[in-house]
Amino acid sequence: MASRKQRYQNRTEILQGTLDMLILQTLEWAPRHGYALSKAIRTNSGEILKVDTGSLYPALHRLERKGWIASEWKASELGPRLRIYRLTQLGKRQLMSERSRWDRLTAAIAGILNPAKKENVP
Amino acid sequence: MKWAFWRRERRNEELQEEIRAHLLLAEREAMETGMLKKEAHHRARREFGNVAVAEEVTRDMWGGRGLLDFLQDVRYAMRSFRQRPGFVTVALLTLALGIGATTVMFSLVNGVLLKPLPYPKPNKLVAVNGHTDAWNTKIYGEQKLAYPDFLDCERESRSLDMAALVYQSGTLSAPGDPQYVDYFEISPELFSILRVPLALGRAFLPEEDKIGATPVAILGYSFWQKRFDGRADVLGSSMVLEQKHYTVVGVAPAGFKLYGDEPEIYAPLGQDPAGYLHNRQAQPVHVVGRLKPGRTLAEAQAEIALTGKHLAQAFPDSNQGRSLLVKRLEPPVGDVGSTLWLLLGAVGLVLLIACVNVASLMLARAVSRERELAMRVALGASRGRLVRQCLTESALLSLTGGLLGVGLANMGLQQFLTFWPGELPRVEEVQVDWRVLLFAVGVSVVSGLLFGLAPAWRAPVREVEQILRAGARTMAGSSRRLHSAFITSEIALAIVLLIAAGMLGRALLHASSLDPGLDIRNLLVMRVGLSPATLADPGKIPAGWQDLMERARRVPGVESVTAVDIVPMRQGNNQVGYSTSADISQREKLPMVLASSATQDYLKVMGISLLEGRFFDDHDRLGSELVIVVDDVLAKSAFRGQDALGKNLWIPEMPCVQPDAKKFVECSAPYKIIGVVGHVRYWGLAGDDQALVRAQLYYPLAQVAPPFLPRWSQLMSIAVRTSVPPLTVVESLRQELRGAAGDQVLYQVRTMEQLAHNSLALQRFLLLLFGVFATLALVLACIGIYGVLAYLTGQRVPEIGLRMALGASPAAVLSLVLRQSLGIILLGIGIGTVFALATGRVMERLVEGMPPISLSTFAVTIPFLTLAAMVASYFPARRASQVDPMYALRQE
Repeated sequence: MASRKQRYQNRTEILQGTLDMLILQTLEWAPRHGYALSKAIRTNSGEILKVDTGSLYPALHRLERKGWIASEWKASELGPRLRIYRLTQLGKRQLMSERSRWDRLTAAIAGILNPAKKENVP
Repeated sequence: MKWAFWRRERRNEELQEEIRAHLLLAEREAMETGMLKKEAHHRARREFGNVAVAEEVTRDMWGGRGLLDFLQDVRYAMRSFRQRPGFVTVALLTLALGIGATTVMFSLVNGVLLKPLPYPKPNKLVAVNGHTDAWNTKIYGEQKLAYPDFLDCERESRSLDMAALVYQSGTLSAPGDPQYVDYFEISPELFSILRVPLALGRAFLPEEDKIGATPVAILGYSFWQKRFDGRADVLGSSMVLEQKHYTVVGVAPAGFKLYGDEPEIYAPLGQDPAGYLHNRQAQPVHVVGRLKPGRTLAEAQAEIALTGKHLAQAFPDSNQGRSLLVKRLEPPVGDVGSTLWLLLGAVGLVLLIACVNVASLMLARAVSRERELAMRVALGASRGRLVRQCLTESALLSLTGGLLGVGLANMGLQQFLTFWPGELPRVEEVQVDWRVLLFAVGVSVVSGLLFGLAPAWRAPVREVEQILRAGARTMAGSSRRLHSAFITSEIALAIVLLIAAGMLGRALLHASSLDPGLDIRNLLVMRVGLSPATLADPGKIPAGWQDLMERARRVPGVESVTAVDIVPMRQGNNQVGYSTSADISQREKLPMVLASSATQDYLKVMGISLLEGRFFDDHDRLGSELVIVVDDVLAKSAFRGQDALGKNLWIPEMPCVQPDAKKFVECSAPYKIIGVVGHVRYWGLAGDDQALVRAQLYYPLAQVAPPFLPRWSQLMSIAVRTSVPPLTVVESLRQELRGAAGDQVLYQVRTMEQLAHNSLALQRFLLLLFGVFATLALVLACIGIYGVLAYLTGQRVPEIGLRMALGASPAAVLSLVLRQSLGIILLGIGIGTVFALATGRVMERLVEGMPPISLSTFAVTIPFLTLAAMVASYFPARRASQVDPMYALRQE
């Protein structure tokens, strides 16, 4: 089990540990299919973050298995149907906790990167 | 299962549809920027990356992958097995034999040693024993309790329900022919404490457990079947046991045993007025108990120990220094445990050899499949996956082999048990049950790992590219080393078994050649129950014996007759302490001697040699000087080489003075030594040298004081020297000895030759088994050597061809191959010898009459094994030497 996780994380090295949060956050705004999701992440990050599709679909399926997101099929004029993912209540709670963790983490990193500011605090 | 596959299939299609949609969306977006369709298509593909990997990793997220891989591995393994039926047959057969034999031995260990007692909640059952410092448990077994002490414990105890029982034997004279029976006198609570329901009728009532109450009896199940044809109307009928009329009230359940035997009759213990039962000096009763609900063993121990202390204060004469102990009740199995573990160990070695054999077969296969495995790695199989596949193959083999082995064990177990020498305790518990099955599965899995690990571990070792680039005929050095290691370990294991078998053979030869100290030919010994009417009156007993021997002498073919209480090489003995001075105050420090009472013809009948002085005659009677005859072992150990003749011994436990009912008086009179005779191998041909008590003395039956005579008479046997084959006189003896009242019975009739033969039965049995194991090991090892060498030389054909093309003669090639195998064999012998020496030490301790390990054993077995191994390597070597160089070189 551990080795499998390792492998998965290695493939997402750009966004190590944060891909889940980004997916959940993006889905909170609106339900989307996989392609729209990857595009949204790219656009919203100002073209900086590019989701590797080899990581996106495994992540989606894993999140669905955990019950944080749910999916339904929608017919489209493309030919193949589209699979639309949306956030569940469980996923909302998970997103909250990941966000607060992320906020603490970034604050802590900011503290280290800008030590002078901190020292000035009486 | 099917449903899971179907669901997986559907999810797979969905995933592909999802990815297809993704690609189409990306393509369309690219086309919107003005790209051509074809260009956009390629770009979308490129951006997506490797579709197959994405699918694969996504599928991993679904879980259940392991099962699928496993099933795939199983299918694959089955397919490859089908391609090589020869390999599979040999491997399965080897494993089935190894696992089957191990399972049989474990069934025995399980049934005899490991299974709990066959009563409900056996962990609540306890035994209560006495303990004094002078008591030697090794000689006497656990100390039992005095009946009055038991009654006090039972009354006082808040934590235990208790029952007492005492072994008895006597003559059942009616209904039907008189018969000597084993019976138990028991507390009424015995059956309820053990929680076994009676087969018929009822248990004894508390009011029947008193002196003077109506005599009632319960029949043992087998006895009821044999003697009363299992009739239900036996309840209420009456029978005469030891001249007392009993009413049958119940039948014990089938297979119910006490202390290893199924009693024939049960009678209430409390009714027996016998003096020794109501005397705190004597400890005749076994006590079993069951912890009351909610009570622990520790509570019971503390409580009974306290009662013991109170008894010691209240009755210092009898109970001073005696403590009472509570232990968990254990099945009585004696010393068979060491034999069973020894055999399990031996059979384990055979299994190990079988595993090594299969391992070398598997390895040979793995090496020839190296290119295939390398190809799979190159195509993306992970190395863990290959290891898993190798292990799946070996697990499949070993579990199938295990299944066959359990089948074999199930068929062979009962046959094997009939070969067991003498009686195996708890043999009825020996069967293939869930513990045995669990063991067999465990053994199969472990052996699968053992022989599967080598090829599995090898599989990913080498550089893939190298293997793929190299020709099919390269030989991996590491594999050659591994193969050699297999042969080495097989030889080492075989040596251990061969040496063990050799040691046993030598022990048996040695023991058979020993002089038993008596003439075992034409000698018949048997127990005899004197007429109950005679036994009831001690004054009549000497005449009763006289009459019995007169009758025996009248039988045609009988030369001489003697009565004796303990018989050499048969169960049962009497050990007493002796002193060369009148100071016998330190009873527990006295050296021990085997004491047997006999009549005057004893030496003549048994064929024991008289070394000095005389044996008993008519003048040695009650009232005359107390005399004994000792053997040379006692003469030497007691008097350190001085002449023993005419010296005195003080033997406090002898039946020389009258004990009154209240108090046991030690025999303080000296016994004069009037003769010295040769030592008899009392403990059996093999066991005597290591016995704890070897010294022997004889005292005249005529000098046993009258109050002891009934008890002594119950124990007496008669021995008859015949001029014809001894078994031919048995029937006429049986008729003649019935006596005037027709109620004297012969039982346990044996020839001395049988007894001597039986005394070596265990050694003979072990030799047989070890012989079989060692032969099996040798054959397996030889097959292994043959297989491995054939494989190794097969791999070297091009090299050999080259050598021969360059001028090597066939003889040189032959010796090249043989030299290589000889090196491996000698290494195995070296390692095996070290282990064999250690094994020899263990065997010396576990098997009676085992002479210390000797060079001769090695001198015989090692050349034998080397020769066998060389023969096994000769055939592949010869084939190698006959290689056609042109053919061999063209193969490359």
